[in-house]
Amino acid sequence: MIPELGHFALMLALLVTLVQGVLPLLGAQRNQPQWVALARPATAAAFLLVLFSFLVLTWSFYSNDFSVEYVAQHSNTQLPTLYRISAVWGGHEGSLLLWVLMLTGWAQAVALFSRRLPEAMVARVLGVLGLVTFGLLAFVLLTSSPFERLLPAVEEGRSLNPLLQDPGLVFHPPLLYMGYVGMSVAFAFAIAALLAGQLDAAWARWSRPWTTVAWVFLTLGIALGSWWAYYELGWGGWWFWDPVENASFMPWLVATALIHSLAVTEKRGSFKNWTVLLAIAAFSLSLLGTFLVRSGVLTSVHAFATDPRRGIFILILLAIVVGSSLLLFAARAPKVSLGGRFALLSRETLLLVNNVLLVVACGAVLLGTLYPLLIDALGMGKLSVGPPYFNAVFVPIMLPLLVLVAAGPIARWKHAEIGPILRRLWPAALAAVLAGAGLPLLAGEWHAYVALALALAVWIAAAIVLQTVERFKTGKPTASWWGMQIAHCGLAAFVVGVAMVSTYEEERDVRMSPGETVTVGGHTFKFLGVHDVRGPNYVAARGSFELTKDGKPLRTLYPEKRNYDTSAMPMTEAAIDAGLTRDVYVSLGEPLEGEAWAVRVYFKPFVDWIWGGCLLMSLGGLLAAADRRYRIRVKQSAAATAAAAGATA
Amino acid sequence: MNKFLLPLGIFIVLVALLAVGLNLNPREVPSPLIGKPAPDFSVPRLHAADQSFSPKEMLGKVWLFNVWASWCVSCREEHPLLVEFGKTGTVPIVGLNYKDKREDGQRWLARFGDPYLLSAYDADGRVGINYGVYGVPETYLIDKQGVIRFKQIGPITPEVLQNKIIPLAQELNK
Repeated sequence: MIPELGHFALMLALLVTLVQGVLPLLGAQRNQPQWVALARPATAAAFLLVLFSFLVLTWSFYSNDFSVEYVAQHSNTQLPTLYRISAVWGGHEGSLLLWVLMLTGWAQAVALFSRRLPEAMVARVLGVLGLVTFGLLAFVLLTSSPFERLLPAVEEGRSLNPLLQDPGLVFHPPLLYMGYVGMSVAFAFAIAALLAGQLDAAWARWSRPWTTVAWVFLTLGIALGSWWAYYELGWGGWWFWDPVENASFMPWLVATALIHSLAVTEKRGSFKNWTVLLAIAAFSLSLLGTFLVRSGVLTSVHAFATDPRRGIFILILLAIVVGSSLLLFAARAPKVSLGGRFALLSRETLLLVNNVLLVVACGAVLLGTLYPLLIDALGMGKLSVGPPYFNAVFVPIMLPLLVLVAAGPIARWKHAEIGPILRRLWPAALAAVLAGAGLPLLAGEWHAYVALALALAVWIAAAIVLQTVERFKTGKPTASWWGMQIAHCGLAAFVVGVAMVSTYEEERDVRMSPGETVTVGGHTFKFLGVHDVRGPNYVAARGSFELTKDGKPLRTLYPEKRNYDTSAMPMTEAAIDAGLTRDVYVSLGEPLEGEAWAVRVYFKPFVDWIWGGCLLMSLGGLLAAADRRYRIRVKQSAAATAAAAGATA
Repeated sequence: MNKFLLPLGIFIVLVALLAVGLNLNPREVPSPLIGKPAPDFSVPRLHAADQSFSPKEMLGKVWLFNVWASWCVSCREEHPLLVEFGKTGTVPIVGLNYKDKREDGQRWLARFGDPYLLSAYDADGRVGINYGVYGVPETYLIDKQGVIRFKQIGPITPEVLQNKIIPLAQELNK
């Protein structure tokens, strides 16, 4: 009975979102205050209904209701409670429900925090979100309801894929989805502005904090997924250019471009069409990502259950949502004014270059991701595009971006001079050259690649220090200024991590008997042996390794090889000793004859800087979004826009 | 021509490509086991713990080797199809009861029907590892010389049975 209530709540939500999607939009166009007033209550009702249905599904998991097919396929009684809960989004149906829940959640947040916005604008934004929610809810109800019954019930469920039984995966999908779905808010603001014919600075200021927050979630989600792959898959890699990873990375690249282009639109009124296009693109890529992941058109290490019927549905949804948005864009864009003019050298130009580079990078990733599909579609055979392509194409596009990121915040709006920029940045340039020449020697051998990367990182960091010193002379900087600098610092840290780990990492694949030792990067592992331990739903062979450096004992590491009761595939749990300047990493391979094992040990210098950098970027984003100028009422401009809205309506 | 229609044009090309891609199967990569002799083993039978089964006993016959378990939901999905197919007598079907409790497996067959000539009992999943079983169910078509000719990952669908397994089995039986 309880699962049916959840199903019923979803159907009600479908009807409510239809109301939310149609009436407020019509009301805003035709100036009908009663219809406009429906937007907030309908949004709240849709959110509560979907939340209820999500809680019902969670309850079915918690209470081991194996008469629900989805529960029977993704959980069993042996599964620890935490993973029984996270198993809710361990499969296709549940993750989609989570997607919809977040979509209604974002809409509800917009409804709550938009008291200062003109009612017609709020109605349009919530209406667009309502239509998107309607499409996704129809998708859930028609092709992937998580509440389908399995009668008669099975006595025991099939359990969650052991790869997913990990704390990292409890949080990775929700964060990533928050980011994906958050892009829908920027999208809804853009469409609302197009519908109203009001692409102005006020629109850009409203969308900015929402876009930044969604970007923060996306950043954290991707970083967590990368970290999870690093310690869970046991290969020591942190990014594989897998189609599913690319599916999350493409919206990130475009969203990063969007954040910067929104700044120009808000401050200078330029790039309006471009900004709107980016907002549409960021959300389209989120939907495309969902399509790629869920339809099975591409093979991936993320082996999701796939169903072509679902693929067709998402493709149609994608075509309707994006197609109609782009059509609207084509109809409205020619009438949009160009905004403030700017000189060839100005902050606008630098941000434009930033945008172009990020979008080209996204295009390169998209091409590499879809290329196998294209070749297959043309009947030219099957192939896969791997990291060599992506590294060769992506890195050179990013290099000019890293050079310019130091100059962007210094350059003046409208018209900048090359002289003052160079005069202010020469100490940073000097520091960069010295760092490039010297620092790699400290790490070991001198490599041109590391020298370049470290020089760029120091260039960015030194420029930030110089700007901070100068800024304090003229008064206290704002939160969003700090946010920008911290996020750029994060970028520098990320570059250091990537360059160091890809150049100086050491890896050894050895056969070890108890008592033997192996050394990587100055760290010695002594193999003490393997014994069996019993976990809640698995049996593990747990190895013990004594880690020493220069004869000094550091700690004992316990990597495991787990055999879950319900899966044929043994799982590797690597043991990692993490540190600021290096990780040492050991994972068990296969048992060999006698008591010997195949063992992999890695030395990973500065690898944690990769995720540390992502954390800094997210922190910067949060600070920027929390800037108080988004919260104080700008009386005059709000009044002005209200008057303008009245005039156009 | 409105230059702002360009994004829409690009998008339409992309959607067309994806629509074509939907009809292709990227997983249709030959399994490394196809064309190789079926790995040998000897394990007890499900219904008779004192008797053993080895694929060698099937030499000279074309047969279907189906990996199943009572705890596997998809197996229940495909099972009626196997029961029907077993009645036609096209080829003998041998089951591999995988990582299961003996009583559970027997009870499951009693309840849903037993299309198998016999089921081998692979309590700890060792046989499954040699056959590269990732998930249950998986099915192998093995020829008279003991060579694997076809492998289905996941449940057999009516289309796969009609279009792939039956024609291939008939051809191999000639």
